[in-house]
Amino acid sequence: MTSHILSWIIFTPLIGAFTILFVPKSSAPLIKWIALATTAVVLGLVCHALTLFQPGLSGFQMMERTSWIPQFNVQYLLGTDGISFPMVGLTAIISLLACLASGSIKERHKEYFFLYLLLETGMMASFLALDLFLFYVVWEVVLVPMYFLIGIWGGPRREYAAIKFFLFTLAGGLFMLLGILSVYFAATPHTFDITQLVGMPRSLIFQQVVFMAFFLGFAVKVPIFPFHTWLPDAHVEAPTPISVILAGILLKMGTYGFFRFSYPLFPEATHWFQPTMATLAIIGIVYGGFVALAQTDFKKMVAYSSVSHMGFVLLGLAALNANGFRGAMLQMFTHGTITGGLFLLVGVLYDRSHSRDMNGFGGLGAKMPGYAGILTFFALASLGLPALSGFVSEFLVLLGSYQYSKLATGLSTLGIILAAAYLLYMVQRVLLGKLNPKWASLTDIKFVEILTLAPLMVLIVVIGVYPSMILNYMIPTLDALLKTLKV
Amino acid sequence: MVTANHLIWVPVLPFIAFVVNIFFGARFLKERAAWLSVATSTVACVIALPICWAVFRGAHFANDFTWLMLGTTPLKFGYLMDPLSATLLFMVTIVGTLIQVYATGYMHGDPRFSRFFAYVSLFMSAMLTLVISNNYLLFFMAWEIMGLCSYLLIGFYFEKDSAANASKKAFLTTRVGDIGFLLGFLTLFTAIGTLDFAQMNTLLAGHVGHTALNTGLLSMAALFIFCGTIGKSAQFPLHVWLPDAMEGPTPVSALIHAATMVAAGVFLVARSFSLFMLVPNVLPIVTAIGTITAFMAAFIALTQNDIKRVLAYSTISQLGYMVTAMGLSGLGAGTFHLITHAFFKALLFLGAGSVIHGTHVQDIREMGGLFKKMPHTAVTFIIASLALAGIPPLSGFWSKDEILLSAFGSGNYLVFGVLLLTAFMTAFYMFRLIFLTFFGQARNHDVHAHESPALMTLPLWCLAVGSVVIGIPGSPFMHHWFQKFMAEMVHYPEYEPSAVVMACSIAVAVLGITLAFVMYLKKTTWAPAVAKKFPSFYRLSFNKFYFDEFYVTYLIKPFHALGRLLFGFDANVVDGGVNGTASVTMFLSGVKQWIDTYIVDGFMNFLGTAVYFLNSVTKRFQTGVVQNYLLLAFLGFLVFIILELKLT
Repeated sequence: MTSHILSWIIFTPLIGAFTILFVPKSSAPLIKWIALATTAVVLGLVCHALTLFQPGLSGFQMMERTSWIPQFNVQYLLGTDGISFPMVGLTAIISLLACLASGSIKERHKEYFFLYLLLETGMMASFLALDLFLFYVVWEVVLVPMYFLIGIWGGPRREYAAIKFFLFTLAGGLFMLLGILSVYFAATPHTFDITQLVGMPRSLIFQQVVFMAFFLGFAVKVPIFPFHTWLPDAHVEAPTPISVILAGILLKMGTYGFFRFSYPLFPEATHWFQPTMATLAIIGIVYGGFVALAQTDFKKMVAYSSVSHMGFVLLGLAALNANGFRGAMLQMFTHGTITGGLFLLVGVLYDRSHSRDMNGFGGLGAKMPGYAGILTFFALASLGLPALSGFVSEFLVLLGSYQYSKLATGLSTLGIILAAAYLLYMVQRVLLGKLNPKWASLTDIKFVEILTLAPLMVLIVVIGVYPSMILNYMIPTLDALLKTLKV
Repeated sequence: MVTANHLIWVPVLPFIAFVVNIFFGARFLKERAAWLSVATSTVACVIALPICWAVFRGAHFANDFTWLMLGTTPLKFGYLMDPLSATLLFMVTIVGTLIQVYATGYMHGDPRFSRFFAYVSLFMSAMLTLVISNNYLLFFMAWEIMGLCSYLLIGFYFEKDSAANASKKAFLTTRVGDIGFLLGFLTLFTAIGTLDFAQMNTLLAGHVGHTALNTGLLSMAALFIFCGTIGKSAQFPLHVWLPDAMEGPTPVSALIHAATMVAAGVFLVARSFSLFMLVPNVLPIVTAIGTITAFMAAFIALTQNDIKRVLAYSTISQLGYMVTAMGLSGLGAGTFHLITHAFFKALLFLGAGSVIHGTHVQDIREMGGLFKKMPHTAVTFIIASLALAGIPPLSGFWSKDEILLSAFGSGNYLVFGVLLLTAFMTAFYMFRLIFLTFFGQARNHDVHAHESPALMTLPLWCLAVGSVVIGIPGSPFMHHWFQKFMAEMVHYPEYEPSAVVMACSIAVAVLGITLAFVMYLKKTTWAPAVAKKFPSFYRLSFNKFYFDEFYVTYLIKPFHALGRLLFGFDANVVDGGVNGTASVTMFLSGVKQWIDTYIVDGFMNFLGTAVYFLNSVTKRFQTGVVQNYLLLAFLGFLVFIILELKLT
């Protein structure tokens, strides 16, 4: 098992998915338990891989290489490093917790959990694939279950949201495919192997064009302004656990793509694109913040806050220095935990009240003290309170971007003030003030729901108090990447 | 035996109390939650005081560990015990503990009793971390956690909309300043490559007058860091949150919004003093902000009727004093006033709390004649007021005198004049408060006042003693020991004590008290007459210079409007573009479908129809009757014959 640990991580969910197919439709509890056990096993495997992972190394580890389509030199090539491993860990954790939170799914359990596990396979493989062709395939594999998960179990406008999500990502993905093929044909010998492709000389104009092609693919996923409008719709319509997956993991696939492919493959184009990247980051941060401030729908507010927070990842990426990269990587992880938690909390409230209108709530702090405490905690984490993880990542990003551009840093701090504004405004409208008599019968948060949130809270506090714990895994790889970029 | 390494327990102990109280307080501890908080705070005090004492006698402690790598620079977290932190630690542990003892009585019977003490313990932990922290980042982290505690405690009675609004306002307003602070130390890190206080001091100390460092960048850093002070210490123009913060329970007002947290802003300037000394062009700005704040807040305090609001504006005014002192390079004077102010202002707030506890009203117009009913409260309150007004030999006199001396000695006579005027107003509004509250006739007979329990009056007396004696170390009786002690750390200009300054200071204080005595006890018709005589001044003061209205109209509303505007843009333009693309695609595919149906497919169908038609024509010839074929063959033959003949 140890020698093929990454394959085990990828295919265990698939095994679980096919096991579910053999269970009769009527035994829903069994299906749930299989799904839960599968995701738990995956987390166990990732923990096992963590013991094998050597944080001091900067290159790929635990690589697996098999020829897949020899005619085109396509390989089944897996490997992990300080950039992908934290994402794998995040995927395993969020998948388990979102699975635990899938109690709100009331129909067609068999299909739901089958697709859910298929999705996990796709996500894991996306973070572990080192062959561009394989990467493209698994990238698209993620799309299909997601489409159905939103389209079948979603809210009233689910079909619209699902199609919008699918077409947006697919369109971006096609540009990426063109980019992949260009890289393939430009390389001698023709290869999709990322370990060989990095470091090959490419002309600037080629780099620029192909960088843009990859950019379109990743920009949709992050999402970067103006490709973000699928996100609020998808989030609002998706069922709670799927929103959590979407915000917690899928968005990171975009920024991960920059770290893994765009940057090392096209170092000169990266420098050329730096100002644009910074500009887009700031637009995302400020614009997302302002729009979040205007929301009355709880879930939509969290969705737009994601746009703003992912802007910090981009800003760190744009900084092209050690602190910026560290901050960006850390922000990817912490945003997954914090925003994932916020979506879970929106779900907790929605399950009880069937409403997401923030203006309609009020005074729940007295009625649901446990919920209020946890929601306040996540709101504070999201607005970047020190000693919680969001602060460290934003601080590192700002420190990095400050070395690049004072103006960019100054403008982006507006996003931090806005974050405090929209989150505290939310807390006030939902929790404070007089209790709306309409909600007098709401019950406080249940143990199972706390169980989905507690691990995230632990992670947020631990990383916030001692960030080196996770940063030590990332730093060697990121520093090596900087060397590739010659800065 | 307490050693410096036990210092780590000083912030950790209250934190443990926070964790225990927040998780187990409501269910298991209940009223005992208070004792846990008080006990941890007391133990922290017991640990801290010997260490402070050692520092007062010249010792120096520091310890750290690497917390995070910033690029290749290690960022080390740890504690730094120098004269400044020892002074603050001394004050915070003592005042903090006394306030918690008081709160045990004040909060008795509150349904969220344990949560209150959890928050207070978290605050203590953060404040103590801030005081002993050795670098800007740790300082900032503690600073923000204090902001959080302030938010939670202002909104403690969150069912009240006013409390919920005030807490949000406090957090957001200070956050504006905090972002400045954050940018400030980012700039500093870029300029000198460290966030460590001790390293910064050594690095900058060697550079006074040299141009080896980028002074432009350092000025920017100092200016931005000062933004943090403006926010946290409620300086003009970000002072608006502090009066509203009085929505919180009174011990909170004393602990956070008078004695400790708001002083952290001044402490920040003191901590960055070597930086400010290096960039002299920033100091006048600091002085200006401080002086404007001191005057403006005192002016507003003249006409307020809520007992806590008067004290809140007084706090803003006194913080302005401290900031002015810092701006005038008076590190010793500013820090000294910070300490004395903490004692007497905490006492004033607790006294006000005792009055509210005993009367259940906050409007001073409904009080009157409380002296006999609440003797302990009244006497201690008067002691504190005398200290604040600057009557010798109480503590406030010595520290205020030092600040006035800084202004006078450095030749800033305008500042000196404004500060004197402020001192006059301070004496006036404080004694207006006292005469209206404790003397004269009871104006509302529904108020049945009673003295507070010993648990509350005992801390009052302790603080009263503090208010009297805490000024001694900085007075001529101890040869200005405190100022010299501070100067050991960073060198700053000192001035010879001046009899003129002292005389002016005493004169304005006595004048202010006398005027208040006349206007509010003897000739009670004067006050309304004055208000009528100067209506615009009165309205300006009563309406707090219309700051809130200004911010709401020109800042908050436009922000929300911009949010809605951008959301409209997002929904209509950006998403409209997306949906438009979809619609255009659908339309085009409709057109293509039409083309497909009627042209492409139409052509094909036409071909089919044509073939079918031709076929239907030709098939008529295929009759299967031999005679017809022969006839046709014969006709064909005839045609050929004719053609052949014609051609030839």
